[in-house]
Amino acid sequence: MSTGLAVTAVLLVALATLSVGAYGWRFSRTTSDFFVASRSVRPALNASAIGGEYLSAASFLGVAGLVLAFGSDMLWYPVGWTAGYLVLLVLVAAPLRRSGAYTLPDFAEARLESRAVRRFSSVLVVAVGWLYLMPQFQGAGLSLGTVAGTPAWTGGLLVGAVVLVNVFFGGMRSITFVQAFQYWLKLTALLLPAMLLLLVWRGDGATSPADPSVVTGGLPGDVWVDPLASTSPHALYTTYSIIVATFLGTMGLPHVVVRFYTNPDGRAARRTTLVVLGLLGLFYVLPPVYGALGRIYAPDLVRAGATDTVVLELPARVVGGIGGELLSALTAAGAFAAFLSTSSGLTIAVAGVISQDVIGRRFRGVQSFQAAAVVAVVVPLFLAVTVESVGVARAVGLAFAVAASTFCPLLVLGIWWRRLTDAGAVAGLVVGGALSGGAVVLTLVDVELTGWPGVLVSQPAAWTVPTAFAVMALVSLLTPSRVPVHVSRTMVRLHTPETVALDRGPQAD
Amino acid sequence: MGWRVWRRQLGSEADRATFRTLHTASMATPALRAGLTPSSAERAARHLRSLLGAPAMALTDTHRLLAWDGGHPHHAPQAVDQARPVVSDGATEVRKVLCDDPACGLRQAVVAPLTVEERVVGTLQVYAPSASAGLVRAADEVARWVSGQLELAELDASRTRLMEAEVRALRAQISPHFVYNSLTAIASFVRTDPERARELLLEFADFTRYSFRRHGEFTTLAEELRSIERYLVLEKARFGDRLEVTLRVAQEVLPVVVPFLCLQPMVENAVRHGLEAKNGPGHVSIVAEDNDYEAVIAIEDDGVGEDPDRVRRALAGDSGMDSVGLGNVDERLRSTFGDAYGLVVETAPGAGTKVTVRVPKYAPGVHV
Repeated sequence: MSTGLAVTAVLLVALATLSVGAYGWRFSRTTSDFFVASRSVRPALNASAIGGEYLSAASFLGVAGLVLAFGSDMLWYPVGWTAGYLVLLVLVAAPLRRSGAYTLPDFAEARLESRAVRRFSSVLVVAVGWLYLMPQFQGAGLSLGTVAGTPAWTGGLLVGAVVLVNVFFGGMRSITFVQAFQYWLKLTALLLPAMLLLLVWRGDGATSPADPSVVTGGLPGDVWVDPLASTSPHALYTTYSIIVATFLGTMGLPHVVVRFYTNPDGRAARRTTLVVLGLLGLFYVLPPVYGALGRIYAPDLVRAGATDTVVLELPARVVGGIGGELLSALTAAGAFAAFLSTSSGLTIAVAGVISQDVIGRRFRGVQSFQAAAVVAVVVPLFLAVTVESVGVARAVGLAFAVAASTFCPLLVLGIWWRRLTDAGAVAGLVVGGALSGGAVVLTLVDVELTGWPGVLVSQPAAWTVPTAFAVMALVSLLTPSRVPVHVSRTMVRLHTPETVALDRGPQAD
Repeated sequence: MGWRVWRRQLGSEADRATFRTLHTASMATPALRAGLTPSSAERAARHLRSLLGAPAMALTDTHRLLAWDGGHPHHAPQAVDQARPVVSDGATEVRKVLCDDPACGLRQAVVAPLTVEERVVGTLQVYAPSASAGLVRAADEVARWVSGQLELAELDASRTRLMEAEVRALRAQISPHFVYNSLTAIASFVRTDPERARELLLEFADFTRYSFRRHGEFTTLAEELRSIERYLVLEKARFGDRLEVTLRVAQEVLPVVVPFLCLQPMVENAVRHGLEAKNGPGHVSIVAEDNDYEAVIAIEDDGVGEDPDRVRRALAGDSGMDSVGLGNVDERLRSTFGDAYGLVVETAPGAGTKVTVRVPKYAPGVHV
């Protein structure tokens, strides 16, 4: 693949992101125009922004790699990452918006009227954010290494630097606009090459990747395509665990929750979520195409253990010539858009929590936010360099497992169960966080466990999420006197549509 | 060493009794701080009775029973009659309890007045077989303590009323001046451009509806900015090209909850200062930016500016100043979001004025 073209494409994306960040909001609104204030962010734009921020390296590179290596079981990742928004839509979106919370710790404080729950939530937000940022930086290193032959840490450093520059020089400006732009960039970067690849594949005789004669990494096509028949010894458990983590983890991702605040009301939050479902559904059709075609055109990647690069490699190999190189440069650009958008969304969310709850409310202002942003980027960058790569999609899956084991119980019980107490919430967060976090640490430091313990540790969600729910509910039932004083008023506010005229209680107290 | 001393102190029986009493009293505090209502009396009476160690007690206001706690509820209907003389005299009395039931041991009631600002608002009644001097003393002390809590509740309520009064004052303060000028400006269009006059009248109607609305201490930034835009449309009708306005608002901050009418007075000041004592056009800019967990709103004019000392006095609430709104808004922002969120005013004579308001996206208890 041509290094020059790909590097140019990557630099163009970085430059475009920075300049849209810096100047975007001048394009987006004119000064002579009155009544700009009446234009809230429309659900379609907000949904594109959520899509842009949400579709990370795991979605762009990891899914194709997993499908190529392990077969159709892995389709549960994209399915789960989309269905997470269905759960969010049904259970959380509107009440969360009506709560007025900007971050997850805000919600915890608003619902449970307790500073302690807020602090525990803050710690967990930072942990989940770092765990999610780490594979972004690893993926960036991997991609830049593939297209330009640089050492593994270079790509991560580049992404971290661009994100920090963006945050330092007014990165919050028109962030919705930037992220929405990134979604469509990513979609184009996958869609266009995929269509050409499919055309070439048809021209080549359209060999099915599921044909038994197609063998990659010792996996014949019929086994590859058959769910639960693949190599993993506990495929059924693994599948359910992935489902639990991805379905329930989405609502606990700090950068997703923050976006919902932009919606003017609960109804708009639901409509936004619905559009997000559509946009994600559209996007996630594409990575499996790369994974499947990779079996035919790039089987050597499985042997080399470099399946995460299949999206970057495939266009140049299949199409060939300058056209193929241009297409590969396009996918490389899309991959960098994925790293940049997710990393900046996460960095801002994590930095916000650090500067607000860790550095303290007393030292507000720009400096504290910038210092927090540096911390938010440097720690996962360090992790990305030191920890051995576990595969981009797998690592992101672990972040989802932690989010599902902590914030999912907090949000679901907090919104739908009035007997939740602060003690119960803290107990659930601690137990869920410790169990899933422990499993993540064991996986990251690569402790060799075989049989059931190994499976339980590498895919913890199926047992940590129910445990966290149970602990949270049980401790709440044991501490009935600690039910928040204003629980009825809070519940009415969370669940009553804004159009209903109703006394929402005294305002401040 | 210190630990051992502490343990011994905790161990003394008399001390423990004191702690128990204080704890019981503190349990009754939250209810009483909500004022004297049937529900607060209900919740407080339980703790007050255990404080007094009496078989039964009642709380009344001046003309009805609020709560009866303990046994023998058949005496409850008499409580209002028992209260009457104490309400009129304001002194503690021991009164006889008439009862036909020989099994009921209650024969005497200590009725003590509850007073707020030297006005009797209710009574505390303790029922017992016989009223010992100790019980009378205890009832008297508890009634005095309850009165203290009720006074604090009254203080809370009056503080809230004061805030509401300030908002009302602010509404009243904007209007007369502006109403007159706007109507005059609209009148000038009625013959020359009836369509524009009609539009302006509708803007005016919407503007007044928002500004005079009665409910709610808070609103969203979108609502507040919409009202400001209407205000600016009306002012532009009056001043024409002399008034230039730049409005730049990040969409992300529109849902932020802000105190009602917290920007309007600033904009009005900016328009006035921007045009005052100036020959050329005046320029006013309103910029709302997203800064992660807070919104930053800056209102700037290129007018004559102001002596910083005068601004300081206005912020301190000096009512002799012409920008009364400034102190009021500053006060409300601080009391809502904390002292870190006061107004920031940058100005000097001849250098224009810039007022910056920061608002957190989330603050506990602040919602529309």
